[in-house]
Amino acid sequence: MSANPSPDTVFPHRHLLGIEGLRAGEITQILDLADGYVEQNRRPVKKSNLLDGRTQVNLFFENSTRTRTSFELAGKRLGADVINMSTDSSSVKKGETLIDTAMTLNAMHLDALVVRHADSGAVKLLADKVNCSVINAGDGHHEHPTQALLDALAIRRRLGRLDGLIVAICGDILHSRVARSNIHLLNAMGARVRCVAPPTLLPSQIERLGVEVHHSMKTGLRDADVVMMLRLQTERMSGQYVPSTREYFYFYGLDYEKLEVAKPDAVIMHPGPMNRGVEIDSEVADDLKRSMILDQVELGVAVRMAVLDLLTRERRQSDLAGAV
Amino acid sequence: MSAPTTPRIVYRNARLLDPATGLDQHGDLLTDGEKIADFGQGLFSDSTPEGAEVVDLGGQCLAPGLVDMRVLIGEPGEEEKDTIKSASRAAAAGGITAMALLPNTDPVLDEVAGLEFIARRAREVKLVKVFAYGAATRGTEGNEITEMGLLGQAGAVAFTDGTKAIASAKTMRRALSYAKTFGKLIVQHPEEPSLAAGGMMNSGEIATRLGLVGIPREAEIIMIERDLRLAELTGGRLHFAHISTGESVDLIRRAKARGLKVTCDTAPHYFALTETDVGDYRTYAKVSPPLRGEMDRRAIVDGLADGTIDAIASDHVPQDQDQKRLPFAQAAPGVIGLETLFPLTLELVHKGKMPLLKALACVTANPAAILDLAVGRIVKGGPADLVVFDADVPWQIDVSRFKSKSKNSPFENRPVQGRPLRTIVDGRTVWRAED
Repeated sequence: MSANPSPDTVFPHRHLLGIEGLRAGEITQILDLADGYVEQNRRPVKKSNLLDGRTQVNLFFENSTRTRTSFELAGKRLGADVINMSTDSSSVKKGETLIDTAMTLNAMHLDALVVRHADSGAVKLLADKVNCSVINAGDGHHEHPTQALLDALAIRRRLGRLDGLIVAICGDILHSRVARSNIHLLNAMGARVRCVAPPTLLPSQIERLGVEVHHSMKTGLRDADVVMMLRLQTERMSGQYVPSTREYFYFYGLDYEKLEVAKPDAVIMHPGPMNRGVEIDSEVADDLKRSMILDQVELGVAVRMAVLDLLTRERRQSDLAGAV
Repeated sequence: MSAPTTPRIVYRNARLLDPATGLDQHGDLLTDGEKIADFGQGLFSDSTPEGAEVVDLGGQCLAPGLVDMRVLIGEPGEEEKDTIKSASRAAAAGGITAMALLPNTDPVLDEVAGLEFIARRAREVKLVKVFAYGAATRGTEGNEITEMGLLGQAGAVAFTDGTKAIASAKTMRRALSYAKTFGKLIVQHPEEPSLAAGGMMNSGEIATRLGLVGIPREAEIIMIERDLRLAELTGGRLHFAHISTGESVDLIRRAKARGLKVTCDTAPHYFALTETDVGDYRTYAKVSPPLRGEMDRRAIVDGLADGTIDAIASDHVPQDQDQKRLPFAQAAPGVIGLETLFPLTLELVHKGKMPLLKALACVTANPAAILDLAVGRIVKGGPADLVVFDADVPWQIDVSRFKSKSKNSPFENRPVQGRPLRTIVDGRTVWRAED
């Protein structure tokens, strides 16, 4: 294996739009750096001045509480000025196009722009028009790279590695950007990825992304090290993709019985927010020995700090050189 | 004496090409007013007819002007995209002498008045011949059939809901049946709407990677299978527009072998591009039906080569920047095609897929025959609708020079070979290449 870059190395990408296309070494670089930020976040005083005087805008075209809060905390803990914009308050509601929004924000000399949008590819469209670094906080069904990174960090901290692990991603993969980012990341890091869902919740030719496809939890979870549950949107439960919540939980909801075929120390993940009793049984979700759901939330902030640090690094170094 | 009202022009030293008769020989052609008076080898090698203007073509090709059977423009309703005037200029520059407009305007062409409006605007613009389809159903809503008899008298060349499929089997059956009364054709956009709903590109690995909602190939295949049955049931004349899958070609090939009155066309993007051209959310590659995979692209080429696919239409759908500079899901589908139809058709010849005459037939005599139009041929006494072209000259597509008001072409910078030099409609030169 090639040597990993040191945490001080400049990251060779201006934006983080997706995991697809990142190399294993680059993913490791982010995770290593994030490990350090986990320590910073556990100290009584959590703030540093790395991004002092830098401006970060969180532009959310889709509602989100946890991801937006996580990015906001990440920016603030690095000392950046963080502004939140949501569609309710922005001119988007007044009919401004995405590109106009991008141009307007660009004129404000931002350093980092965190974007969530309901349409796949919308974040890239924005990124093409601005000079700052853009972080994809979820675009349509495409990617949610920081979620995959925090999931990987959680797994690595708990199980010590990613390489060779069997990871079962279960549930609504069709509509899940989290699943796609995780598939790319886990494959890049040498894990074995399974997708477990009824065919109505699987995208066409998903196996071409390098995953094993299972329609039953029994085979899908066998010997798994990690069970990743996905949220099933309520509007998709009533006959559109699955006939009912009851039937879905019976066949795909995670409970101790289905978990029996997995490795004895298998861990459980969920990107939140959970539908208790739909895709996951409360008992399992709250099992502190196996559930990493709260670890995921904690590590999310650290991973986002690492990403903000890396993406602004070149700019900060060249500003420093210019100032001398 | 008054000036002659019918100018006579001799096009000398031409490679005469007529796909309808298989003519491919060096010779001359005389136009008299709006008609072709005569043509042939060494016709005027010694002397030229008195009073005739002489144009020496220096050995360049002279063929029937192109007939583009699938063109959408914004007049009436969305004039910012393309008008009859801008589209006519684009057509002329593309070697097209006749085009058939889809009824998906605002208002929809489902009334005699709409067709009369198009005819009047075409007379005013007076560049290329402008034909129009009538809507097959009122408002293209797929429920009630239109006054096909009256619309036909007002000039409707055939009936279609254009960019929308006639979804209901019952309506399709009635339309095919009723159009028979007047010997008219029904043109279907073959896509089962419930399977395609919300779709943005071809279903498959690329759509899955990009997180875009896919349209399965089966949406097209199923509709073709259904409509072939309905054509058989009714005995009506049926044409499938812009087919895009290998199975579509197979189905139509077998139906033709069974003797069914069915024809079909495709558009250049279905033999020149694939779904990989969507790349990183390129909205210029968003079309309806969506670009398919490489196996389908090859099957479309084979279908053209063996004659299963009768015609190539530009499927010109202008969209302005505001409709394309959007996230892929929100962007409007469609590409402009009037000025790329000819070079992309010739690409099939240069790649050795089809002989020149056969390729020309797909854009001249064949679409004319499908729509029952007296154009697309070189025939004595026929209309002098012609194109002079260089079949081989290499050039690069430069959309900024296009006459269409909209610039949504996925073919920007594509190297191509062959281009029109002069376009003649009813004996008048309506466009000439610069220099």
